[in-house]
Amino acid sequence: MKQLRTPSITVYLKELRESFRDRRVLLNALLLGPLIGPVMFLVILRLAVAHEVEQAEKSLPLVVIGSEHAPALISILKQADVEILPPVDNPEVAIRTQQRDLILRIPADYPEDWRAGRPAQVEIFYDSSRRETMSQVQRLRNALNGYSQLQSSMRIIARGISPAVLHPIAIADRDQATPQSRGAMMFAMLPYFLVLTAFMGGMFLAIDATAGERERHSLEPLFINPVSTASVLLGKLAAICTFSLISVIIGLTAFAIAGYYLPADMQTTVVLDARFALLALPLMLPLVLLIAIVQTLVTAYSKNFREAQTWLGLLQLIPMIPSILLTILPFKPQLWAFAVPLLGQQLAFTRLLRGESVTLLQSSLCTSATLLTVVGLFYIVRRIYASERLAISP
Amino acid sequence: MIEARGLHKSFGNVNAVQDVSFVARDGEITGLLGPNGAGKTTTLRMLYTLMNPQRGEVRVDGINAATDAIEVRRRLGVLPDARGLYKRLTARENIEYYARLQALPPERIGDRVDHLIRLLEMGDIEHRYTEGFSQGQRVKTAIARALVHDPRNVILDEPTNGLDVMATRSLREFLKTLRGEGRCVLFSTHIMQEVAALCDRIVIIAHGRVVAQGTADELRELAHETNLEDAFVKLIGEEAQAMQ
Repeated sequence: MKQLRTPSITVYLKELRESFRDRRVLLNALLLGPLIGPVMFLVILRLAVAHEVEQAEKSLPLVVIGSEHAPALISILKQADVEILPPVDNPEVAIRTQQRDLILRIPADYPEDWRAGRPAQVEIFYDSSRRETMSQVQRLRNALNGYSQLQSSMRIIARGISPAVLHPIAIADRDQATPQSRGAMMFAMLPYFLVLTAFMGGMFLAIDATAGERERHSLEPLFINPVSTASVLLGKLAAICTFSLISVIIGLTAFAIAGYYLPADMQTTVVLDARFALLALPLMLPLVLLIAIVQTLVTAYSKNFREAQTWLGLLQLIPMIPSILLTILPFKPQLWAFAVPLLGQQLAFTRLLRGESVTLLQSSLCTSATLLTVVGLFYIVRRIYASERLAISP
Repeated sequence: MIEARGLHKSFGNVNAVQDVSFVARDGEITGLLGPNGAGKTTTLRMLYTLMNPQRGEVRVDGINAATDAIEVRRRLGVLPDARGLYKRLTARENIEYYARLQALPPERIGDRVDHLIRLLEMGDIEHRYTEGFSQGQRVKTAIARALVHDPRNVILDEPTNGLDVMATRSLREFLKTLRGEGRCVLFSTHIMQEVAALCDRIVIIAHGRVVAQGTADELRELAHETNLEDAFVKLIGEEAQAMQ
C-alpha cells in the first residue's frame, strides 16, 4: 500500500504545484468553470421571464377588416386592451408573407345576421406554424368567446330563461402543480450547468497531465522511475479531481447566491439556496471522479493537446442529453433511472430544486452506480497507461 | 552490469530488433553504434523496461527485468530519447521530483541535488523555470534527474544530440567521471568520433542486428582496416550485403 501511496502523493503534489503556476488551469478551475453556468443560467432565465411578461402586458395589435360592421364588438375588444390597426387589402397574403401576425375580418353580412339572431361569422387569419403568434391568437379567441357568451346569456335572459341552461357542464380548473414543480420546468437546464462546472474545472489539467506530457516528451522519462503506472495515474486523477471539486464548490455557491437574484415570482417556485448547494455537493462527488477518469481516458487516446481539447469539447455536450431528454420526455422517474450515471444525478438535482427530498435509496443507488463505473474505467485507463505506446511520444 | 540476451522486437511487419545480445560491464563505457533507424532506441527501451521484448531477456546486475522491472529501474539511471522537462518547475524542482519518485529519503534529497548541480555546473540555472532552456541546459537537467538516485548503471540515448562543441566536451568528461566511479555506462550514438574518443567497448548495430562487437582494436582487426571509421563502414556494409 505504501508503494502505491507515496509516489501517488508525490505525483499529486507536483501536478498541483505546476497547475497553480498555470494561468489557464486556474482560470478554468476558479473562474470560467464555476461561474459560466450560473451566469448563463441567470441571463437565460431573466430573458425568458422578461419575454413572457412583455407578451402578457403588451396590448394586442390586431388588424381589423370591416370594423364598421360591428362597432359594439370593436369597443369590447378595445376594453380587452386590443390595439385596432387599419385594414389590409389581402389578409391571406399579409399573413403568409409575415407582414402581419393576426387579422380579424368582419364580413358585410355580420350586422344582418346579428340582428336576425343567426350566428354571425367573424374570421381570424393567422399562421399556426409561427409559435410566437399563438399566444396572441389565444388572447383574441378568449376575448371573442367572452363577448359571444355574454351576448348569448343576455339574449336568453331576454326570453325569460336562466342562462345556466347554456352551461350543462361547468369546468373548474384545479391545477395540482405545486409552485415549485411549475418552476422546475424552467430549471431543466440547471443540472447540466452544474455538471458543466465539474467538466470545466479539471479539463485543462486532464489534458496537460496526459496528452500534454506526452506531447512535451516528459511521459517516457516519468515512466522509467521505479513506480507503478497505477500510482502515477492515481496521483494525476487526484489532482484533476481537486480542481474539478474546487470548481464545483465555487459553482454551487454561485448558484445558491444566484437564487436570490431570480425574478421575484421564480423565488417562490424554485428552491435554489444554501440547502440545495449542501445537498447537491455529496451527489456531485462521485460525478467528479467519473468526469476526471473519462477525461483522462479521452486524453490518453489523443495524439496531442489540441486533439484532446477537441474531444473534450465534444464530451462536454454528453451531459446535455439527460437534460434534453428530461425536458422533451418528462417521464416519471423510475428507480432504475437513478442508477444511470449523469441521469441519476440530474434527476436528483431536479427533485431538490422542486423542494422535494431525495430518498436514501435513490441517492445511494445513484452514488454506488457511478462509483462502480469509475472503478471499471480506472482499470481500462490503467491498462492504457501501462501500454508501451502511451509513454512514447509521437 | 547490463546484459541483453537475444532481444527481439517487431512492430507489425517491421522487425526493429532481432537477436541482439551484448554485455555492458561495470567501470566501462560501452557504445551502441549504428546508423539512424538501426534499432538503437528500441534496444535501449527494452533495457530500461519501457518496452517488453517479444523474445530474449534483460538482466541488470543479474536481476531479470521481466520479473522485477521496478528493481531494475532502481538500478538504472536513464537519459531517454525523450527528455521533456516540466516547464513550470525550476531545474531544481524537476530534479527533486525525480528524487521523490525514486523514494530517496527526504533528508538526503537536498544534499544529493546540491551535489549534482555542482557536478554538472548548473548553479546559474538552478532556480529558473525550465521554459526557454537551451538544449545544453535541458540535457544537463535531464541527466541530473536521471542520476539523482545514484544508480550503478547509466543508459544514455544519443546524449550529445543537439549539443554544441563545448557542451559535448564537458558531457564526455562527465561520462568518464561516471566510469571512474566504477559505474556501468552504456550510450547510443551514430557519431563515430564519439565512440572512438570514449568507449572501452563498442557494439555495432545495423538493421536491428548486432553486426560486430569488441574494443576499437578488435573491430579494426576484424575489418582489416587501420581506421575505425573505415572499419565501421565496412562492417555495416557487409551486413547490408548479407541482407540482400
